Amino acid sequence: MTPALSDVASAPRIPGLRAMGTGLEARGIHAWFGNHLALENISLDFAPGTVTALIGPSGCGKSTFIRTLNRMHEFIPSAAMAGEVLLDGKDVYAPGTDVTKIRLQIGMVFQKPNPFPSMTIGENVLSGLKLAQLKVENKDDLLEECLERAGLWKEVKDRLDAHGGSLSGGQQQRLCIARALAVKPQVLLMDEPCSALDPGSTLRIEETIRHLSETMTIVIVTHNMQQAARVSDHTAFFLSDGGPGHMVEFAPTNEIFSRPKDKRTEDYVTGRFG
Amino acid sequence: MTTVKPIKPWVASTSDRLRDGAIFLAALLASFALVEFTELKGKLAYFVTFFLILTIANGLNGFLRYGWASAKDGALKTLVGFGALLTVMPIASILATVISKGYKGLKFNLFTQDMSLATPTDPLTNGGILHAITGTLTLVFLALVMSVPLGILTALYLTEIRGRFAKPIKFLVQAMSGVPSIVAGLFILSAVLYPITKGYSGFMGALALTILMIPTVARTSEEVLNLIPQDLREAGTALGGTQWRTVAMIVLPAARSGLITAMILGVARIAGETAPLLLLTGGGDKVNPNPFHDPMGSLPYYIWKSFNAGSEEAITRAWAGLLVLVIIILILFTAARFLSTRKVSR
Amino acid sequence: MTTAPAPREITTLPRRSDRIFRRVVTAGGLSSLAILSLITFFLGYRGFEIFRQEGFHFITSAEWSISTDDAGNVVDSHFGLAAMLVGTIICAAIAVVIALPIAVSTALFLNFYSPQWLKKFMVAVVDMMAAFPSILFGIWGFLVLMPSAEYWAKLINHHLGFIPVFKLAPYVVTRSPFIAGVVLAIMIIPIITSVSREVFSQTPLDRIQAAYALGATRWGMIKAVVLPYGRSGVIGGAMLGLGRAMGETVAVFTVLNIVFQVNWHILLGAGGNVASLIILKFGDASPYEIKALMAAGLVLFILTLAVNAIADLIVKKTGKSGR
Repeated sequence: MTPALSDVASAPRIPGLRAMGTGLEARGIHAWFGNHLALENISLDFAPGTVTALIGPSGCGKSTFIRTLNRMHEFIPSAAMAGEVLLDGKDVYAPGTDVTKIRLQIGMVFQKPNPFPSMTIGENVLSGLKLAQLKVENKDDLLEECLERAGLWKEVKDRLDAHGGSLSGGQQQRLCIARALAVKPQVLLMDEPCSALDPGSTLRIEETIRHLSETMTIVIVTHNMQQAARVSDHTAFFLSDGGPGHMVEFAPTNEIFSRPKDKRTEDYVTGRFG
Repeated sequence: MTTVKPIKPWVASTSDRLRDGAIFLAALLASFALVEFTELKGKLAYFVTFFLILTIANGLNGFLRYGWASAKDGALKTLVGFGALLTVMPIASILATVISKGYKGLKFNLFTQDMSLATPTDPLTNGGILHAITGTLTLVFLALVMSVPLGILTALYLTEIRGRFAKPIKFLVQAMSGVPSIVAGLFILSAVLYPITKGYSGFMGALALTILMIPTVARTSEEVLNLIPQDLREAGTALGGTQWRTVAMIVLPAARSGLITAMILGVARIAGETAPLLLLTGGGDKVNPNPFHDPMGSLPYYIWKSFNAGSEEAITRAWAGLLVLVIIILILFTAARFLSTRKVSR
Repeated sequence: MTTAPAPREITTLPRRSDRIFRRVVTAGGLSSLAILSLITFFLGYRGFEIFRQEGFHFITSAEWSISTDDAGNVVDSHFGLAAMLVGTIICAAIAVVIALPIAVSTALFLNFYSPQWLKKFMVAVVDMMAAFPSILFGIWGFLVLMPSAEYWAKLINHHLGFIPVFKLAPYVVTRSPFIAGVVLAIMIIPIITSVSREVFSQTPLDRIQAAYALGATRWGMIKAVVLPYGRSGVIGGAMLGLGRAMGETVAVFTVLNIVFQVNWHILLGAGGNVASLIILKFGDASPYEIKALMAAGLVLFILTLAVNAIADLIVKKTGKSGR
């Protein structure tokens, strides 16, 4: 299932991969909501071409953390943060940064499938280009490529003019993945992408994730430990014991699940709490 | 414990603010320069040139910093802001005019005398609006007494009985709120004044105001009653209370302050209503304590009459009346907002 | 195979107090139906004679005249509402055309651009403006706005006079439908603003975030998510404003010159308005002419009712389809 993962952290998992930048790094991330410190001092490296799973009980700051990565954290009015997020070595929070470009490079898939209902399936996939005013040579090719990579092409190729809402929940989520892919992000953040889906759809999305990780960096938040074990190369365990959420352990996935270093991680992955 | 300080890197930095301020000032200067050195003239020219230059400048700023998408964002932001400005400008102008012109007419005798011994063109030291204030209070009181029971019953039908007419009635209440006030006046004229009373009186005006007030009271009350948690009602019935006792002893008291808000908003809606009063009340110049007999004055009628008299004193009287009317409505409105912040008291 | 048992009927016999309660509340609830039917009946009853005499001409002709002999008997009369109806619709349409973009901008500003303190303040101010009496708008419009609006009318005529509706012959700009439209626009901006603000604020948050996560600017997000979601609600709000503008009386009467001639030139100081006609003619109308005014009132009533009904349907559609 998961390949041996001894030292993938520093190099692309599959050699000879096309350029994916030097990856994403979080340095000393803190996050506040008002005066409440929700997340304390998280430093993580996401190597290009890897899948990193963030696990932990509810309220431990996993979602908050990935939302700091593509600057979605700032939509909460009282939010504040500290630390750096480096994309290709450049701080995404540096003054004068165009935040829309950051979000183009770091795509996101949400918990609930949220296609734009006023647009057709085809328009949904290409909506990111329109929103960011990007021009492409051949829209039809891009459309097919994105839907193909999201594993949806065969199911929808004959009804690209149908509305996004006519798809099933799992198909909608893959449509959202295709939509995120169309703007060619280096990194894809997934915030519990399968929690609203049935097991069959979940499996298909997991296949898609494995597939995508060949060409991009993926960070996935999940409550489902089997899922983390199935799709990820690395796993980070987050915990909040009353205070702010912090990272307890970060290691290759097979280590986290077979011989965790921390007692709390062991308790969590074996289902003793959480 | 952490010693890291929270920051908000997404909030506009000082240099961003300075740049925005500089663009604003530059646009202002450019519009002045344009009006100065070209044939454009007048306030409108300043406004329009400033607006156009600022829109273009903000768009250009966005374009230079982040590209085409940002250019649109910057320009549209300016447009939307100007839209909001255009909404506020007439309100500011109206309030400023009413206050600056109205206060000249606020003499002490305004509140102690009526117009029975004065004409609108008399000096301001003669005559007042006592008859208009008492008249408006009487009209509003009568309309309140008639419309509040009907309005609240309608709301109760929609929220408590939910009978088979609920949908059509909701629709009709909505339709009724769009009835032009002049039509309400004509209706009372044709249905009551001509066939029955055959003479102007305050009560006729109050009837027309009632028609205009019912929908406001009904709709606001319905919203408030919908906010009362369903479990309160179930708790009442589960305790063996009849529906009637549950509504009377639990639901209505719980919604009390919201229902008062509904009444106040209804009063604010009708206090300045003019057209039906012109048809129905006859607009006397004397304090008339009997709403069922003889013409009755009211603030809107007084304002209307003074305004149409046309002389300088008369116009000042109209503004003074408007100022009093606006103050009444402002007080009502503030009271309603204050109460509605705690719509449901448990 | 056994057939499924017929469902048992559950009947409750409410207590007497409840039956009375239900009857009273239902009666109260039906008051709106009663009032609206009574309005239709009485205005129709009083105006019936006019409808019979004028027939279709009551709508299509623009002549309004009545002559009586010395004893006060009606010798000859012509009642036609065409000029008034056209005028009413023109003024209301001008009002909506001006008010809609301003109101939608304001709603967008309040929901997506404004800082919180400013939003609170502006919402209170706009709501308060909706409660201002129409006579205030009328007098302010006449004494303060009109001089400026006349200047705007001249400018429009100067630059766009080649378009037929902006023609000015003779060159009279005072008390034109344009000015009445501007005053009405100011009156209906609060209505359209609050309906739009309400619909925009219901835009699902996950769609807004999806747009931002795709690298949308604020305007990009609004265009892709908020406007498609709120479109029919905004149209409904505009229709509500249209209905209000068509029924407005005093404010229009103070700033509009009523002329019994169909006039499509909006800058020309000659307009029509059903509600203002009633105020204008009521003062010295003979009993027979009053009947004609009642008939006019009925026409206005039905017109506003229709516009409001359509508005209501459109606004409801937004809520239901949950788009």
